[in-house]
Amino acid sequence: MSFFSDENTRLAEEIIKRYPKARSAMIPLLHLAQEQEGWVTEAAMAEIAELVGTSSAEVLGTCSFYEMFKREPVGKYLINICTTMSCALMGAADLMQHAEKALGVKSGGTTEDGMFTLEGAECQAACTEAPCLQVNYRHRYRVTADEFDAMLAELSTPDPGVPEHGVLSQIRQHIPEKNTVGALPPEEVNAPPVWLNTEEDQS
Amino acid sequence: MSDSVPNEVSVNINGAEVRAKAGEMLIAAADRAGVHIPRFCYHERMSSVGMCRMCLVDVDTGRGPMLQPSCMVPVAEGMSVDTQSEDTKRAQEGILEFLLVNHPLDCPVCDKGGECPLQDQTMAYGPGESRFVEEKRHYEKPIPISDLVHLDRERCILCDRCTRFADEIAGDPLIHFTERGNSTQVLTFPDEPFSSYFSGNTVQICPVGALTAAPYRFKARPWDLDQVESTCTTCSMGCRTAVQSSRNELVRYLGVDIESVNHGWLCDKGRFNFEATNSEERLTVPLIRDPNDERQLLGSDWGSALANAAEAILDAGSDGIGIIGGSRLTNEDAYAWSKLARSIIRTDNLDAQLGDGLPAELVHSLPPATIADACEADTVLVVGPDLKEELAILHLRLRGAATKGHTKVVEINAAPSGCEPYVERAIRCGSGEAAKYLGEILNSDDDLATRLREGSVVAVVGRSSMAESDHSSIAVAALIRDELPHATFLTALRRGNVRGALDMGLAPGVLPGRTAIDNPSSALDDIWGYTPSMKGLDTTGMLQAAAEGKIRTLVLLGADPLSDFPDRNLAAEAIQRAETVISLDNFLTASSAQADIILPTTAYGEQGGTTTNLEGRISRLTQKITPPGSVRDDWMIATELAWRLGGDLNLTSKEQIWREIEQVAPSHAGVTVERIMSEEAREGILVQESSVEYIFPSVQEPPIADGYGLRLISGRKLWDASTTTSMSPSLRPLAEAPVLKVHPTDLQRLGILSGSDVRVISTRSTENLKAVADESLERGTALLPFNQPGFGANRFIDATAAVNDIRIETL
Repeated sequence: MSFFSDENTRLAEEIIKRYPKARSAMIPLLHLAQEQEGWVTEAAMAEIAELVGTSSAEVLGTCSFYEMFKREPVGKYLINICTTMSCALMGAADLMQHAEKALGVKSGGTTEDGMFTLEGAECQAACTEAPCLQVNYRHRYRVTADEFDAMLAELSTPDPGVPEHGVLSQIRQHIPEKNTVGALPPEEVNAPPVWLNTEEDQS
Repeated sequence: MSDSVPNEVSVNINGAEVRAKAGEMLIAAADRAGVHIPRFCYHERMSSVGMCRMCLVDVDTGRGPMLQPSCMVPVAEGMSVDTQSEDTKRAQEGILEFLLVNHPLDCPVCDKGGECPLQDQTMAYGPGESRFVEEKRHYEKPIPISDLVHLDRERCILCDRCTRFADEIAGDPLIHFTERGNSTQVLTFPDEPFSSYFSGNTVQICPVGALTAAPYRFKARPWDLDQVESTCTTCSMGCRTAVQSSRNELVRYLGVDIESVNHGWLCDKGRFNFEATNSEERLTVPLIRDPNDERQLLGSDWGSALANAAEAILDAGSDGIGIIGGSRLTNEDAYAWSKLARSIIRTDNLDAQLGDGLPAELVHSLPPATIADACEADTVLVVGPDLKEELAILHLRLRGAATKGHTKVVEINAAPSGCEPYVERAIRCGSGEAAKYLGEILNSDDDLATRLREGSVVAVVGRSSMAESDHSSIAVAALIRDELPHATFLTALRRGNVRGALDMGLAPGVLPGRTAIDNPSSALDDIWGYTPSMKGLDTTGMLQAAAEGKIRTLVLLGADPLSDFPDRNLAAEAIQRAETVISLDNFLTASSAQADIILPTTAYGEQGGTTTNLEGRISRLTQKITPPGSVRDDWMIATELAWRLGGDLNLTSKEQIWREIEQVAPSHAGVTVERIMSEEAREGILVQESSVEYIFPSVQEPPIADGYGLRLISGRKLWDASTTTSMSPSLRPLAEAPVLKVHPTDLQRLGILSGSDVRVISTRSTENLKAVADESLERGTALLPFNQPGFGANRFIDATAAVNDIRIETL
């Protein structure tokens, strides 16, 4: 049984072709795996290792390095409340406490219905808008307790305008065949990369 | 500069001028100049990573001194280095204080305590106290990451040595850094243990007690250990080892770094099989078959056992005796037996190989190569066994040459091998048809043909499969010799001192010193007095003669033909039919258990002497412990038997035996005892001369398999049912039960589900085995490991056939 769905297997093969070395596709494939399941399962890591020709341990090493690859199930909506300096000064701790009460879980936990996961996070580069948070990595600025409750209500509606955790847009971009690097390792590539070739565009 | 040498630069280290190779790292240059820079992550056999920062030194390249990690800074002309400056010392104190932030300092219960680089360097370079009062990191300790290695993540200082070794050297990246920052830790993937054949090396290079070896855990403290340097005889690589004992018991082997052979690495089999020497199962007194009850063996004394043995030998007469085995023996022991057989028993029926090697004359006559030659050659042509399974360190060296150097490894084999990840080309041939495939390539316009003809070539030639006769290897050797006259050879013979045994004449037709039986040296003639003029029988011949009743007494010199001879039926018949079987062994093996007289011998670590590796490199073995019971060296048994047979070998000690070898063996002339005892012998003394000629027989192509049969391919695994592995409690469980691997289409055709039991039929035997589908095999072939617990492929093999076919059926 393969982990990736048929469609994603096709996509994975296309992604691998974008890189001169298959191993370079490891992170995009981890994203793809996370999109499929909402988190990165062990089966996913093992299959990616096979696809890119390395060991599962190496995929685990890469995957576990990045906070945004979740190796345990998370809710449909991942709420990251910034707890770094500016937000801390502007009431992040109060907001976190409110969020914990409102969701009934501690920071790091997932609600029983699998809707929300609450996490504290480091600076989200929106210090002028403190306190801020992200829902599936989409910013919400100057969040008050009331706004937080309203946000939860909004997210509980059928179509809140925020895609589920793991959904990607970048990975599905279509790269025309002529622009892929191909399966050649760098040392064997003699011609300049296709995207450097501007002559064709000028003509 | 006037005295500048190309590729050399001059560096000032602590005020002294040091010549260094351009491009080499500063720490390496300092090492050679005798300046020690403390380090944890740097290892001279692996790439630098600059992980631990312990090797920071003040480097001045003209812009004033700056702290730089000496393992990451290449030497440059005019560089001025201070390894003892105030800044350096402060940096070292700081790094150690940081490294100890999370280190548990459980040294009193840690195996590494007493030989720990972290402990030693903290004492030498540390600040003495820490300013950290915070709680340390906590992890479950220790966790087994494989059957042999335990990991204590609290002790780990994240130097990247083990993970680098696994990836870079072993090619098994099964351990990796996981998580990030403060929680970074070395781990395996869940349910994918670090089951590398080389895992023990990570324990040796770990600079703290994070990795410990299951067979050594809590066995001894380093300051209780006695140590001698010796040579591993598990396979014929001859890796240099340090043998350590505590209270007269072997407790640990460490790899010793010598340039010509093992670079400090050992395979796990060689590293951990000291347990066999310590085994309770060791034979300690002579045993004799009970005259009243054939099924019983009785404990005896040396006097009667030897008398019985001598009587059986006398009874059988020169033509009625066969001596099989001898590759467990040291060179001196082998010489004593060769002398006993030829000059006193007056037979040439002796063979150290068990029908699983190559003819001795062929081994002696091929132009020799060294391992280093192979690692520098343009092309290494491997036509032989799966090196990863049978000569694991040779596989490691070739892998290193292929991944880091310019060497291209090309393999011609009937089944996939462990070398495939790094070979440039794996050419799949039919079993027994390697020569045909190689010939086709050489006569084509393939790039490979040009490279083989024009570049340097080292051929590693051995038996690809036990289910094919040696004719296929002989054909390959003949072809390479004819078509590629510049090629040199490594013969991939597997057993411990098999090369030494052949050099000492433990093979029909060859005398000590690589001379033919009809061409003895005058010194040999003088000292031996008699040598047979006719070439005797090899193991297959002896077993056939015994099965026909022509050989009446069989002597097994540490040989177990029932397990190791390719044709079990023939071996069983021979042992059954022989009137007397005399076995010299460490253990009751399948064969020695059926012997009539069993003489217990010393094992590895209990005897001194010399051994010869597959290159012909002679190195020293050192005795470390006293042997159990009343066991004796094999040469002593030979001299005792000689005396009882009315002769005298005039051999009194291993040293004196070597002096005689040096006199009578032309190839060994000049290899004096003094040289063997000298520092030079650490790298081994290479002996490459030979006067033996080999007349290549005409070899026929193997018959084509019929549509119903599967051609059997059988090689050995590292973890098999061999005596030392099965007598080592830590290693025994690693040998897997045998399964027959067949291409899925072949299984489908017969309506067999992968994983089910099937009936396997050969001309020799019919047995039930589990069959598993394996797509990497060619259709029409079946792969079965040669000697796994409970079942040996030798039940199916006819040793006289060029190739062996089997049929499988549903039950």
